[in-house]
Amino acid sequence: MHADPRGVLTGVHFLDGDHACCEGTLAAGARFAAGYPITPSTEVVERFASRIPTVGGIFVQLEDELAASIAIQGAVWGGAKAFTVTSGPGYSLMMEHIGYAAMTETPCVFVNVQRGGPSTGLPTLPAQADMMQARWGSHGDYGTIALCPNSPQESFDLTIQAFNLAEEFRVPVMVMLDECVGHMTEKVVIPEPDRIDVTPRRYTKLPPGEFRLYEPREDGVPDMVRAGEGYRFHVTGLTHDERGYPSMNVETQDRKVRRLQEKLTPLANERALFDAANLEDAEVVVVSYGITSRVAQRALEMARERGVRAGKFRLITAWPFPAAHVRELAGRVKAFVVPELNLGQMSLEVERAAAGRAVTIPVTHAGGTVHSPETILKAILEAAR
Amino acid sequence: MTEKTLEIPVEVPEGARNPVEPFLRMERMPHIWCPACGIGTTVNCFARALENSKVDLDKVAIVSGIGCTGRVAGYAALDSFHTTHGRAIPFATGLKLANPELQVVVYSGDGDLFAIGGNHFIHAARRNMDLKVICVNNMTYAMTGGQTAPTTPGESITATAPYGVFEPTFNLVALAEAAGASYVARWTTYHVKQLSHSMEEVFQRKGFCFIEVLSPCPTLYQRRNKMGDGLDAMKYYKTAGKIRNGAPTGECNLTRTGEIVLGKFVDRQRPDYLEMLRAQMTHTLGDRYVEPEAQCCGEC
Repeated sequence: MHADPRGVLTGVHFLDGDHACCEGTLAAGARFAAGYPITPSTEVVERFASRIPTVGGIFVQLEDELAASIAIQGAVWGGAKAFTVTSGPGYSLMMEHIGYAAMTETPCVFVNVQRGGPSTGLPTLPAQADMMQARWGSHGDYGTIALCPNSPQESFDLTIQAFNLAEEFRVPVMVMLDECVGHMTEKVVIPEPDRIDVTPRRYTKLPPGEFRLYEPREDGVPDMVRAGEGYRFHVTGLTHDERGYPSMNVETQDRKVRRLQEKLTPLANERALFDAANLEDAEVVVVSYGITSRVAQRALEMARERGVRAGKFRLITAWPFPAAHVRELAGRVKAFVVPELNLGQMSLEVERAAAGRAVTIPVTHAGGTVHSPETILKAILEAAR
Repeated sequence: MTEKTLEIPVEVPEGARNPVEPFLRMERMPHIWCPACGIGTTVNCFARALENSKVDLDKVAIVSGIGCTGRVAGYAALDSFHTTHGRAIPFATGLKLANPELQVVVYSGDGDLFAIGGNHFIHAARRNMDLKVICVNNMTYAMTGGQTAPTTPGESITATAPYGVFEPTFNLVALAEAAGASYVARWTTYHVKQLSHSMEEVFQRKGFCFIEVLSPCPTLYQRRNKMGDGLDAMKYYKTAGKIRNGAPTGECNLTRTGEIVLGKFVDRQRPDYLEMLRAQMTHTLGDRYVEPEAQCCGEC
């Protein structure tokens, strides 16, 4: 279906990534946000707080990130599309509720504008060091989706995508900005509402009595209900059976937890989102994402100028990781160069997927600024040697 | 020790049903609670309150945290949510704000609501969020084996205070009033009529309502403290319980064996969160303010 025009600020704008993200939430149909102030992410909800009273919805500033990250889930079961926004320390506090969203299959969006860590770290400066946390931060096994915009325009586009994927797969979806993308200001084109695809929540058509809350469809995802409609359903973070009732046995646990991961398989493979260029003849492939991909772009051009056959593989869905694509590339290139604003996180995934068939060269950085193109170029040239 | 058994002839007419059954998920019985635990009694009172208040049960949602009382949501035949430890109130806040036609009940224990979840409690009361919070206070962390709670009275022995509790305790009703609750009452599981009446009354109220229910935990609290069994707890509640409606909550501290002041302490009207939000937005934005609407499926 198309976007509700009330939330869509059609036009050509000059926005930073945080504000563009906010416009994405509104265009996607989010009508509930809960948040707690934290740099460098707060601008997203500041704009939402300003915009939502004239669109029709709720912003509530809560007492901490624990509250914000569970209030959005209450709102989802009440029928709203909902999200919260945070950065490093707040993201750490939200981990339990990312697990709750995964376990209860509550479609919701977590925006993380990454800053330097660990702990309070670098509140005003960029990093990409929460990438593994986005995948594994809550306890137990589960699947998540993480999207990595590299511009304010993508911040808008991918935020809409995040809500759509959340509804399709019923998982918590992470929009992984970084301080640079969050605070850089660029042209953002917001299309007409009828040019924006919005995935509606898939509510069951079965009547109460026949409906089972966690009975998966063929695609492994169950239909939803919302409170107040007579279904008298039960939601729990305990391991539960298809009725939604707690069930402390090995078989239920196995069935449930495997499904939480397996339902995302299409997104890991044929529907993985990435941006690739010059892979046909590539001997070295730079795997990057977020702000680092913009620096890597320059390094790639410089490498080509020097006659090195360098290709680009930019992750848009960092999770699920597009392992099959990387594995295929590994069979025909010499090396992967992986620059990221951390000490080596997604590079571990690249190395795992490459499985020894190509060399993986991390270009690490502890955060606080971005790489220089020359640093990445140097790694490319060494890899090609 | 001799076994005492009570021989009570019981005749159940064919097809007879306990009147609270329609309010429970009978397919989930038996429940997990120990013999003489008071939580079931509170649920019985709650079911009767639902029946008497004539609320549309399809529009009542119940939210619990974690712990023995956290299991209540799972047995209530309502839209019910068993959330994370301490976070029932913020979950309920989101649910209520997204779907204001729901009457949202938070049903949880003292450890859940006042230790790990204490911050949410005071802020929801401050905002006068339209929630009905029922706290079953058994003065211990029962689910995990009887550890010290912020409500465990001094000198009690617990699994984590084997030499006696020395921390001062929270006075829950005073805390609720000070934080801004619109309605505050305290009962015990001996005072079932009054408890059920209070539970019924909060369905007629708007804003943040709080009911504390003292409830025995013979297995994990009383046993360690040589306080007898469930029947002894009832006798204690009966003799030590003094009903003083309107008593100053600051004078309603609880001790291990002392007087228990009971009653309805606070019943005041203040605008709730959504009313305050609407008033502020209308004041500032005038006609530009758009009321949040209940979200529909989006297909119509």
